[in-house]
Amino acid sequence: MSVLEVVVRSVAVLAAFLVFPLLVGQAEHKLMAHMQGRLGPMYAGGFHGWAQLVADGVKFVQKEDITPRAADRTVFRIAPFVALVPYLLALGVLPLQSGVAGVDVPASAVLVLAATSVGALGTLMAGWASANKYALLGALRSAAQLVSYELPLVLAVASACLAAGTLSLSGVVAAWSPWWLLWQLPGMLVFLVAALAELQRPPFDMPIADAELVMGPWTEYTGLRFAFFLLAEYAGIVVFSVLFAVLWLGGWRGPFDEHLGWLWTLLKGFVVAVLVIWFRVAWPRMREDQLQRLAWLFLLPLALIQLALTGIGVVMTQ
Amino acid sequence: MTSLDLAFAACGLLAVVAGLLAVTTRQVVHAALWLVVALLGVAGCLLVLGHELVALVLVLVYVGAIVVLVLFALMLTRAPIGPDLAHAVPWWRRVLAGLAGAATTGLLLAALLPLAGEAVERREVANAAVATELFGTWVWPFEALSVLLLAALVAALAVSRGAGVDTSRGGGGAA
Repeated sequence: MSVLEVVVRSVAVLAAFLVFPLLVGQAEHKLMAHMQGRLGPMYAGGFHGWAQLVADGVKFVQKEDITPRAADRTVFRIAPFVALVPYLLALGVLPLQSGVAGVDVPASAVLVLAATSVGALGTLMAGWASANKYALLGALRSAAQLVSYELPLVLAVASACLAAGTLSLSGVVAAWSPWWLLWQLPGMLVFLVAALAELQRPPFDMPIADAELVMGPWTEYTGLRFAFFLLAEYAGIVVFSVLFAVLWLGGWRGPFDEHLGWLWTLLKGFVVAVLVIWFRVAWPRMREDQLQRLAWLFLLPLALIQLALTGIGVVMTQ
Repeated sequence: MTSLDLAFAACGLLAVVAGLLAVTTRQVVHAALWLVVALLGVAGCLLVLGHELVALVLVLVYVGAIVVLVLFALMLTRAPIGPDLAHAVPWWRRVLAGLAGAATTGLLLAALLPLAGEAVERREVANAAVATELFGTWVWPFEALSVLLLAALVAALAVSRGAGVDTSRGGGGAA
């Protein structure tokens, strides 16, 4: 790889990182507005309120960047970047088409999981460093939730990788067949639920429950640093949606996939992202004990059963 | 001095400095965060050497799960912002701890330095090769380790439930 190629690839990944999360954010505005009959997000800019996101961005930039006096300044200031940067790394290895990825590494599935698990540290750092009891409580809930749901998430991905016989995301798509929709269905469901919990999106938003904890770990953040946390959340939706599409929905497989493969991946990923948004509108928040119960008594056994099922399937068909 | 040497040295230096800061800082949460940096440095060293899978699993398990658990435990107990002066120790204990650390480092260096080669060489280790070794040659130690961990987990559960407590009464009172 020449220097020029490295630069071009990095810029492409950065562009995707700046565009896709905003698209998901825009989609969330409009979908929620339609589903809940909200009028607010439909005004700005005229047609369908297209400028709402721009207005939000301008508002975030204008706000003062405050660090509380009692806070641990360094950790408080670094936390948004710790939350954001791992998703950039994860986006860099997600393939859009065979051979089209920021960089193609042999164990890309593990890399995406490792990167997203580092991102969780940002929330914990933010919660602890804010010197605010709501933030600390939110960080505690967040840590408990992330540790519980990490295991089913990894097991579900392991099952898909086991079925394909490779840890490379491109390899998984190459090995994918429509039968997986049935064979890997439990793993699919486990991944979807666990990914929602990892993202701390409703119905798993106990850590940032605004009725109890103001804004959880992000309570003390304002302006751009707060916007970075939001961007990290939407980048997380993009990463997990595309990962879901690549591992279980066959990625770029579809009609005319030689030329339009990337479009298929993005389309499938977008459908998953819409589903994630839909869950936010449709479900009430889960209680802390319900969260833990779901993870340990339902998702984990289901993921283990799926792993056994995959193992049997792989041995039988070889 | 190749670029690989340079990358390895940089990652190694990062790991060593972060490790030193982790044990010398007076702020307990900072110690956990420096541990993250040290682990990332070690993962970087492994990546330079071509052991991709081991490096990624190190990050996934240690940074993603174990440090999160450590932070959780710290926040549950007491993790003040600013230096923790409640747990200050007398100077002779610091000296002894330093000596113990230096002795361990010396022992490791004496054992490992003779094995070190000239330059850093990158060996591309395929993931399948790691799997074959782990689940072929090393399968029994691997399984024994997992049984050991399971035993520790069950023991921890037994200890935390307490001895002689009648759990049959009261139903969900413990929840």
